[in-house]
Formats: sequence, C-alpha cells, structure tokens
Amino acid sequence: MSDTVLRTIELTKRYKNRLAVDHLNIEVSRGDVFGFLGPNGAGKSTTIRMILHLVFPTKGDVEIFGVSLKKARHKALAKVGAVVEKPAFYTHLSALSNLEILGGLQKPVTRRQIMQELERVGLADRANDLVKTYSHGMNQRLGLALILLNAPELVVLDEPTTGLDPQGMKEVRELIRELAREHGVTVFLSSHLLYEVELIATRMAVIHQGKLRIEGSVQDLLKKGQSSAVVKTDRPEEALRFLKTFDAYRSAALRGDGIHVDLALENIPDLNRQLVGAGFNVSGLIPQRTLETYFLNLIEGREA
Amino acid sequence: MMHLIWFELVKTFTRLRTYIGFLAFGVIVPLVVAGLKLGGQQSFERHLLSLLQNDFVIGGNVLNGWFFGFFFMGALWVHIPIVLTIVAGDQIAGEGNAGTFRFLLIHAVSRTRIIAAKFIVTLIYTALMVLFIGGLTLGLSLWAFGSGDLLVIRRGILVIPEARLPYHFLVAYGLATLAMFVVSSLCFLFSALTDNSIGPIIATMAVIIVSIIIITLPFELFQTIRPYLFVNYFDAWQKVFDDPIPWEVIRTSIVILAGFLVAFFLTAAVYFARKDILS
Repeated sequence: MSDTVLRTIELTKRYKNRLAVDHLNIEVSRGDVFGFLGPNGAGKSTTIRMILHLVFPTKGDVEIFGVSLKKARHKALAKVGAVVEKPAFYTHLSALSNLEILGGLQKPVTRRQIMQELERVGLADRANDLVKTYSHGMNQRLGLALILLNAPELVVLDEPTTGLDPQGMKEVRELIRELAREHGVTVFLSSHLLYEVELIATRMAVIHQGKLRIEGSVQDLLKKGQSSAVVKTDRPEEALRFLKTFDAYRSAALRGDGIHVDLALENIPDLNRQLVGAGFNVSGLIPQRTLETYFLNLIEGREA
Repeated sequence: MMHLIWFELVKTFTRLRTYIGFLAFGVIVPLVVAGLKLGGQQSFERHLLSLLQNDFVIGGNVLNGWFFGFFFMGALWVHIPIVLTIVAGDQIAGEGNAGTFRFLLIHAVSRTRIIAAKFIVTLIYTALMVLFIGGLTLGLSLWAFGSGDLLVIRRGILVIPEARLPYHFLVAYGLATLAMFVVSSLCFLFSALTDNSIGPIIATMAVIIVSIIIITLPFELFQTIRPYLFVNYFDAWQKVFDDPIPWEVIRTSIVILAGFLVAFFLTAAVYFARKDILS
C-alpha cells in the first residue's frame, strides 16, 4: 500500500482574473501532521476546498489514498474527515441531532457512538442542548466529534484554532496530536499561526500568492538559512567589544534585549564557551531562529 | 435516499419559519369566517342576490360552506406563494448562508442526491400548505355555514349538486398543489443560485407579480407572451368547476406546469452540481 495519503497534482484555481492557486503540487504521507502555512489570502482555504471537492479546480487533480477526486469523489473522500473554517451546524437542532444527521450521511451511526465521541471532546453533558447556545470553542469541539464519529484516516482542518481562547487552542492542539499519535490518523492542517505549525506539525508547506514556496520536514526547514541568538550578560558593552574581535561575530549588535549575534544554531554552545572563558557571566542565550523568521523571510522573498 | 429525505424533513420541520405560513393562515382564515358569520354573510348575500334576483329565482342555502370554500381558494391562491417562498427560498441558500454545506457536502454521497432530497421536502411542504389552507377554509366554512349545492359564478352561473362537490374540490386542490409546486420549484432554483435566503423570495414574487400583470393586461404583445408564462396556467383548478369540465385544457395545463417544474429542478440540480461552495 502506498504511503502517500494526499497528493495534489498541478492543482490550479482561477477566479475570473485572479489566480488563487497556481499549479500546486504537494504530497502528504501516512502519519504526517502536515502544516499548510501561508498568510491570509495565500490560497490555503481554496486549496482545502478543492481537496474536499467543495470548490472545483480550474486545472489539475487531487488524489486521496491513490483515488482521483475527479474520477471517484465519493470513494476518495470516504475516509476523510474535515472542518473547514468555522464549524457551522444546524443551530436550531441539538448537538446530538446534528451528529445524527451529518454523521449519518454515509452510514448510520448509533446514539452510543455519538455519545462516545461527545464524551471524548467534553460535550457529553451538553449533548441535548441546541447548538445555538454553544460557544465558538464548543462548536469547534463538536466539529472534531463529527470527524471522529466516522473514524477517518485523513483529517483536514482549516485554521482549527481560529477564534479559540488559549485554553481552547491548547485542547484542540492536544486532540490533533492525540489523533496522529494514538490513532495513526494523518492530519492536514492549514494555519497562518506559525508557531502553531511549529508546535504540532511534522512536515509543512508554505504557500504564498497561490504558489508553493517550500515543502519539507519542519525540523529541516527550521535549520535552513540565517539564524541568530540574543546574549544576555552582566557587562554587555564589554562583551560586544569582545565578540567583535572574532570574524564569526562581526555582525553582533547591542539592542534593548541584549546582544544580537548572527550565527548557526549549532554554534551557540561555542559562543557560550567563549564568553564564559573570557570571564563574562552569561545569564541568557536565546536562539532567535523560529519558523516565524523563516516564514517571513520566505514570504518577503529573502529565502527560497 | 430515504434517510436523506428524512434528515431534510427533520431540518425543515424543526425550524420555526416553516410554521409561519400555517400560523398566518391559521389565524386569518378563522378570523374571516368569524367575520362572515357575525354579519358579513348577510351583506354578502344581499349584494349577491341584488345582482341575481332579476334573472333567477334563488332558493335554499346558497351561501353555504362549499361556496365560501371555493371563494376563499379563489381569493387566497395568489397569496399562498408568499408563504411557500419562505421555506423554498431557504432550502439551498439558507445552508449556503449558514455554512452548513461545508459539512453536508463533504460527507454526502452526491450533490444531486442532496438537492433531490431537498426538492422532495420542498414539494412535501408545498403540498401540506395547500392542503392545510384548502382543508381549513373548506372545513371551517362547512362548519360555520352548512352544506348545500355550489353556486359558481364564472362566465355565467352554474350550480353543482352537493353530492359531486367532494370530487370537484379534490381535483381542484390537486391542480392548485401542482401550480404551487411550480412556484416552489422556481424559488428553489433561485435558492440554488445564491447564498442569501431573501433574494429567492423577492425574485420569485417579482416573477409572479410581473407575470400576472402581463397576463392581465390586454395588450397584443403581452397576449403573445402569455402562453409562455407559468402563471397563465395557475387557474387550471378553477376550470374543474366549469360545465362541462374542459379536460383537454386541464391536461395541457398539467403537462405545461409539470414541464416548468422539471425544468426548474433540473436547472437547479445542474447548476448546484458544479457550484463552488465558497461560504
């Protein structure tokens, strides 16, 4: 059995004069938590809607578990669960009725199964309440319960933590990790929250202006390009002068939060040794190389 | 397919807006019947008899329940579309507007099945509404004014014996239901074209009002257009009360109304099958 769960092939969407997605080729393997990253308007939601057959591609195709969406939509989506943007339910119905209707579209689901999933997302005691009384966070959890109900092998989530409070974000992220780790579900999630992808994803792709900018493992991508560290010492001016005597630290500069030194992350221990060896008390050495820096550089065309 | 229809029935008949029409007619019809019973009937009778007494000898209970049942249907059938569009216009556009299509279409077996289930439920609601109004007007009228032969004043005067009236009314309600099916289908089509529930209601009523103006005005140009407008065949139900019943004309009306119904549904289904869900 192929390890590729999701593949987009030259996927393109044009709205009149605007090219929303431009010949996109991405591949998601079994077990990945795949972060699909991009600023607002980059084409993330359009791509996700094409993957879920809500929007028709102008060109290209999507293969899910090796099945072409164009040729066999139902078969391709049979093992997929998804929440696109804000989960929207029938607000005049209870959570239970919503899951009976939406969860039972492909195959009948029992009340016991529904209650099990509501229990899992912490909504069992509100099962009979009308969804119109639910908060955004509860709607989001109800969306996840709907996904879990059909035991999917691929879960597609479009900005799953948008609008949630910090506690809600944490819970949803933990649930996503749990899905991947304990249930072996492949997760494809879009986000404009860079640290979210850094926290959850194992692999990622960056899209900007409809085009794929980069794709790879989060760890590999993090290692790419320039990085820096902020050094906090007892005598910053003196430490700066000391560092500038080394060719490797010529770019060092003193700023409000400490001395900023451009260097590869793996060289931070050397920097520490040199400072301590010269008698400086190092109280902090903070790597500045985050996905956010990399992402911004990529979007602004400073990295490729 | 049956479970899809069941889900659509649950969604439709658990909404408050579905009952607005039932509530409106449930209040208006008893009020009008009460008004007629408490004096209106006499003035109605005086007016009618003053028109007829020079040419006819009128005896018995002329202004009976059947008469008012017939009268009400004639007066109300142009108003029924307003309440039908409240539900029909919301069937597709409402889901688009609420964003519920996102879940529905990801999990559904096919878009065509979804739209077919919605269409069937729209027709069920339409039939229930017409039969409710028909049953209410006729039932209340018979209870308040008693039974008797029906005096029909249409291109002359016709008296239909009491014994034949249930048959005439049954066929008339069937034809009225078909006419209203076409209204709901048109609204359903408009509903597929937009994500706003108000738009289909306004568009459908606009089409009906403009069409009625066209078929009413005696201009030559309008008379040429007339056969192509579905409202031209809305009065098929009234023809059941002619003597002899013009079955050939009624059959043609049925075929044309059914043609409009199918055309509106197919257009909606084809459009929706290729529609990008952006909401």
